[in-house]
Amino acid sequence: MKSFTYEKVSSPAAAASAVVSNSNAKFIAGGTNLLDLMKLEIETPSHLIDVNGLGFDKIEPTSDGGLRIGALVRNTALAADARIRRDYGLLSRALLAGASGQLRNKATTAGNLLQRTRCPYFYDTNQPCNKRNPGSGCAAIGGVTRQHAVIGASDACIATHPSDMAIAMRALDATVQTARPDGSIRDIPIADLHRLPGDTPHIETTLTSGELITSVTLPKPVGGTHIYRKVRDRASYAFALVSVGAIVQRDGTGRVAVGGIAHKPWRVEAAEAEMPHGAKAVAAHLLEGASPTKENAFKLSLVERTLGAVLTEAKG
Amino acid sequence: MKFDTPATTNPIDQLKVIGHATSRIDGPLKTTGRATYAYEWHDRPASPAYGYIVGAAIAKGRIASMDLSRARSAPGIIAIVTAENAGKLGKGNYNTAKLLGGPDIDHYHQAVAVVVAETFEQARAAAQLVKVDYAAAKGSFDLSAGRDGAAKPPGRGDDQPDTTVGDFPGAFASSPVQLDATYTTPDQAHAMMEPHASMAAWEGDKLTLWTSNQMIAWTTGDVAKTLGLPKENVRLISPFIGGGFGGKLFLRADAVLAALGARAANRPVKVAMQRPLMFNNTTHRPATIQRIRIGAGRDGKITAIGHESWSGNLPEGRPETAVQQTRLLYAGENRMTALRLAMLDLPEGNAMRAPGEAPGMMALEIAMDEMAERLGLDPIEFRARNDTQVDPEHPNRPFSQRQLVECMRIGAERFGWNKRNAEPGKQRDGRWLIGMGVAAAFRNNLLMKSGARVRLDRGGTVTVETDMTDIGTGSYTIIAQTAAEMMGVPLEKVVVRLGDSSFPVSAGSGGQFGANNSTSGVYAACVKLREAVAQKLGFNSAEIAFTDGQVTAGNRSVPLGQAASDGELAAEDSIEYGDLAKTHQQSTFGAHFVELGVDVATAEIRVRRMLAVCAAGRILNPTTARSQVIGAMTMGVGAALMEELAVDKRSGFFVNHDLAGYEVPVHADIPHQDTIFLDETDPMSSPMKAKGIGELGLCGVAAALANAVYNATGIRVREYPITLDKLLHRMPDA
Ligand SMILES: Cc1cc2nc3c(=O)[nH]c(=O)nc-3n(C[C@H](O)[C@H](O)[C@H](O)COP(=O)(O)OP(=O)(O)OC[C@H]3O[C@@H](n4cnc5c(N)ncnc54)[C@H](O)[C@@H]3O)c2cc1C
Ligand code: SF4
Repeated sequence: MKSFTYEKVSSPAAAASAVVSNSNAKFIAGGTNLLDLMKLEIETPSHLIDVNGLGFDKIEPTSDGGLRIGALVRNTALAADARIRRDYGLLSRALLAGASGQLRNKATTAGNLLQRTRCPYFYDTNQPCNKRNPGSGCAAIGGVTRQHAVIGASDACIATHPSDMAIAMRALDATVQTARPDGSIRDIPIADLHRLPGDTPHIETTLTSGELITSVTLPKPVGGTHIYRKVRDRASYAFALVSVGAIVQRDGTGRVAVGGIAHKPWRVEAAEAEMPHGAKAVAAHLLEGASPTKENAFKLSLVERTLGAVLTEAKG
Repeated sequence: MKFDTPATTNPIDQLKVIGHATSRIDGPLKTTGRATYAYEWHDRPASPAYGYIVGAAIAKGRIASMDLSRARSAPGIIAIVTAENAGKLGKGNYNTAKLLGGPDIDHYHQAVAVVVAETFEQARAAAQLVKVDYAAAKGSFDLSAGRDGAAKPPGRGDDQPDTTVGDFPGAFASSPVQLDATYTTPDQAHAMMEPHASMAAWEGDKLTLWTSNQMIAWTTGDVAKTLGLPKENVRLISPFIGGGFGGKLFLRADAVLAALGARAANRPVKVAMQRPLMFNNTTHRPATIQRIRIGAGRDGKITAIGHESWSGNLPEGRPETAVQQTRLLYAGENRMTALRLAMLDLPEGNAMRAPGEAPGMMALEIAMDEMAERLGLDPIEFRARNDTQVDPEHPNRPFSQRQLVECMRIGAERFGWNKRNAEPGKQRDGRWLIGMGVAAAFRNNLLMKSGARVRLDRGGTVTVETDMTDIGTGSYTIIAQTAAEMMGVPLEKVVVRLGDSSFPVSAGSGGQFGANNSTSGVYAACVKLREAVAQKLGFNSAEIAFTDGQVTAGNRSVPLGQAASDGELAAEDSIEYGDLAKTHQQSTFGAHFVELGVDVATAEIRVRRMLAVCAAGRILNPTTARSQVIGAMTMGVGAALMEELAVDKRSGFFVNHDLAGYEVPVHADIPHQDTIFLDETDPMSSPMKAKGIGELGLCGVAAALANAVYNATGIRVREYPITLDKLLHRMPDA
């Protein structure tokens, strides 16, 4: 770990000025991802701006019947919130499928969205990795790739985004509110937050330098049956091989987002039109253009089969 | 004490303390955080500096150059030790690869430097500034590619790579029912909770190492050899060990680098191997490819059994002896076993819990299940028909005790085996396909010399000292029980001191030989102490009784402590064995039963119930024995379903080198576990009449799961671990 300076800020304005005056600063929330990466010198900020004092820790109703979730609401609190459990069960279930109780107590809504990949080569600083060290190559391609992406990947990077929560947020059409150092604020649809790797896998989101997430908003509840199905070898405390987050209405229509297969939560709205026709049809659209490795090709049929099970379960 | 004739009645048979379920006496120290693990002696040594290990970034080749200048000028830096400035180093008898690499690199993450600084954080930061340029060389990293070039490894005494009895090829070829199948087991990591850790302090040319080690005498010797010191100058202290599983049998880099760092820094140094380094820096259980051929008559009697195993290792490394159990477990007149060893440039392969039998039983016990099916026999019945009460390779050697069939039958009844549908894929519970599996458990019982010293003070307290270790197994407790039984005192009157090289040399912890041998050593020392007490008190030792803190003969009764009224009494002895292990085959037996569900859509496997029935001599303490067995069953679930060091075959290293990537079972994976111990005493094994249990619990578990997966799905997976991707493409439509 490189030595760094630390300050705790109590207003977005203070956060903004801190970020402007330190070129290599990072925000720290729960720290459950950032600190691990700093110990390995995968992240090397010279200044940490602790945002835990910003008061973004409430879940409030919005004027159009949705909920605004503060960026610092802990994963545990979010999963347990009565409104979330009632109207956005998918989110609660996805959160509870992730990490462990201790981690969820620390992990925040914004931090969870911005957590970095679990590609083992990314974690081993002896290995070339375009995400960690742009231009150095990708050790995963041609290596051990059971966990890696099957779709939307590039010749530069085949990593996946590991978040469970983000899959639910994607299916729920959440929007992310941010504040930039110049004081401007904006709304980013969750679909536009995470990027595909392309030639620049080190640029993972569309956030600009110093942009602070202040909240995540869920639109008005859409009803339906909410199912989050996380598939893994180990029964708990493991990242998804594949996960399916679905909202299924009584007439068989609905939404589905898939985790564990791409550099971002994977949702193809056009595929959802096929939902009444069953998992095979949806999966065919959803996975169009997939290019798995030999080791992870099983994820294609796993997505289809898991989705099938989810649709069956939704029928009750 | 020489143990060369079968045990007769002795004070242990009173079973006043031995054999009783007893919580571990060191439990309160552990649960209150006061147990001094290697890194956690907060009061000593005084003002230590901290070492951080730099691991090699290549698997094979040379260090072309090393630039330490930036690291040297980092804040807090005291010293950096590399092969270049460490002075001449030897290599331990029990090490294959050097513990400090350079200029030649033998495997990935081999230590190339230790950076010593005032604080741990400073050492870690400076370690990142050590710049090493490597000249990488081509290496061999793929066992299956190396299989054809694998050679017959040299034998060691009775331990030969190949055995043959009768005419295996002929008998196999003419058997009416045959199986010829190949199984693979992956490289596995010990992945114990406590990393390898040591603190070193020098006083002149005398070295004290507080470390975490299973085998104090081996390792003291190897420290001396590596550092070029007389053995007397090395003191090892290792009273508490946070798991080892064989990963701490040997001297490892943490201890050597702490010692070298302390010498360079001129003050004590502590080193804990960082978790991401453990998997490639230390040892692991090597992967195997195993071909098993079984031929049988239609009557279900095996006529030919053959088992070949291929594994890899660094030059001078040993093979994984995965055919061991096949030499002993089942009858059959025509037999062959063979071990072949490929040279690989992966990290050093070495012992992990039940080396040989653990991976060997993973394969053999699937083969037995497959064969039973071909014969149309229940797998328990098939094993019963091929039971043998003698070593099948040397029929003049009977087993000292062998209750394999009893274990299976009792287990079958307890588990409800008769509810199993022999036709696979037929049992359903909602979205789950349900299956049951069984496998035999088998592991040899090893006899090793073991010594102890016992001391009696005037308050009647008995203190035991031996360099035996407690790796979480319960050694403290069973040793205290032994001394209490022998000296006729309550458990509270016994103090046990372990894991110190200044104590008498014991068997140590490994190969499930620790419990039986170390308690037998304590027994021997207590016999001597009893004699000394009798003599001191003027009793005729033949008719003397030690009970309730009193020494009694006829109607004279004296408090035990009185024998030490004018000074402590001490006695030291060791147990040494004659040739009972040559004339009799000593093994432990059991049966594993598993019920599990396989998700019909995703092929996720979730265990529902487990039962182990063990026949392993006298159970010294049912509580700690049960802990050993359920822990082993848990490890078997890991071996069956998830544990695999994933090899990058291009660059030659284990990719998933942390606990996020190397998955072991968590609580949610482990269901209800039951254990049954058969009432058994084995007079051939020792005066304790006990045998090993800690590894038996592992051998066969994974195969029972594999067989249950087959029973649930009709899919036979022969490559461990049985992950869902290996089932998915053959699963029925959901
Ligand atoms: C052992 C382990 C297992 C895990 N298993 C799972 C799992 O199964 N599923 C899963 O989904 N996750 C899992 N996680 C990941 C976990 O969910 C994340 O570590 C956590 O959500 C990150 O939140 P945090 O608040 O701690 O983020 P931090 O570590 O504090 O920050 C993460 C990133 O977000 C940035 N950041 C934080 N807050 C803001 C803000 N307000 N605005 C802008 N940037 C910000 C930081 O600068 C940093 O780059 C696991 C983690 C561990 C350690
Ligand atoms: S897949 Fe991406 S994260 Fe992994 S090594 Fe390649 S570039 Fe790095």
